[in-house]
Amino acid sequence: MSDTKKILTTPIFADNPIVLQILGICSALAVTSNLKTTVVMCIALTTVAAFSNASVSVVRNHIPSSIRIIVQMIIIASLVIVVDQILKAYAYGISKELSVFVGLIITNCIVMGRTEAFAMKNPPWPSFVDGVGNGLGYSVVLLAVGFFRELFGSGKLFGVEILSLSTDGGWYVPNGLMLLPPSAFFLIGFFIWVLRCKKTEQVEKEEFKIARNSTLREAL
Amino acid sequence: MEEYLSLFVRAVFIENMALSFFLGMCTFMAISKKIEAAIGLSVAVIVVLTITTPLNNLIYHNLLADGALAWAGLPDVDLSFLGFLSYIGVIAASVQILEMFLDKYVPVLYNALGVFLPLITVNCAIMGASLFMVERDYNFTESAIYGAGAGVGWGLAIIALAGIREKLKYSDVPEGLKGLGITFITVGLMSLGFMSFGGIDL
Repeated sequence: MSDTKKILTTPIFADNPIVLQILGICSALAVTSNLKTTVVMCIALTTVAAFSNASVSVVRNHIPSSIRIIVQMIIIASLVIVVDQILKAYAYGISKELSVFVGLIITNCIVMGRTEAFAMKNPPWPSFVDGVGNGLGYSVVLLAVGFFRELFGSGKLFGVEILSLSTDGGWYVPNGLMLLPPSAFFLIGFFIWVLRCKKTEQVEKEEFKIARNSTLREAL
Repeated sequence: MEEYLSLFVRAVFIENMALSFFLGMCTFMAISKKIEAAIGLSVAVIVVLTITTPLNNLIYHNLLADGALAWAGLPDVDLSFLGFLSYIGVIAASVQILEMFLDKYVPVLYNALGVFLPLITVNCAIMGASLFMVERDYNFTESAIYGAGAGVGWGLAIIALAGIREKLKYSDVPEGLKGLGITFITVGLMSLGFMSFGGIDL
């Protein structure tokens, strides 16, 4: 049981797919301008990651290694079609807002990466848990970014007003930059910075060291 | 003619794939350490985008769209839900064919691009262009121009980022922000710069 727990929790902070493995950033940036779309995207991705991991793992001993990528891709694409159809049926507005990004779950490297690296070598149950864990790791970063962008960009959370806006006679002047694409890059950059200050072993090694400045005595 | 030029410029600068839609970010971050590698990858992306976007356009309009199968006597069939599966199949197949073709007939180019081609199948920019093409209902010519423009824009962004990162090696970045962190902030600043193209209309 402790194994299962470990598989589930490692990807969330210790081995986060976005922050450490640089996987699946595309959608992380694009859908986070408000929390509602962010949450839907997180649920969609976690579902696809978990079930594609489980299904690839079930058939892993029957896939010839030369065509494994295509087989994985077809499994993932079919799951994404299911998710897309469900969204279109029950949450049409959000599905329109997410536009192409639901489809882009197919090429999200987290899903492909986990089926290739984990599900091809492990039995179905751990693979399923691994998919959920990585989906959650992705969700943590996304929710954090979405929280800040919506709170400071429009003073709301889930569309409910938290900071009263100056346009409605309140005190908060919304920071429009937060709703624009660049702020997502900055926020993820800062998120990585904070995480790596806490977990110093994640800091990247430099390829070379810069020499220190020469002292006054050496210069003379 | 004029609207095609306008579409191209819009795809390259205003709706830049990498900097305003965040597509193809994984490879964008990973392969932008050296300028030569970035140039190789961007040529490959431009070629693949220019081929696959119009190809997917043909498939969508002749096979998948609502009522597209009328020529086969099936006017009520709507296969558009199979879109994702077909686009990714077309992309994977054309990358494979391109790889074999280059290997056989243009070995010089194959040696230069070889390592990047397999990476391209999972590049969201390629898939993203096809999905945008469907969503915006481009016709065949428009989709070819849009594909090429999107590729050029993506290439421009990654080559610029690689140039900045090569210079950035010599700067003293705070611990913890090294590597990935500072790259994100750099890309954010670039994206801010590209936003100044917004509103340009030919």
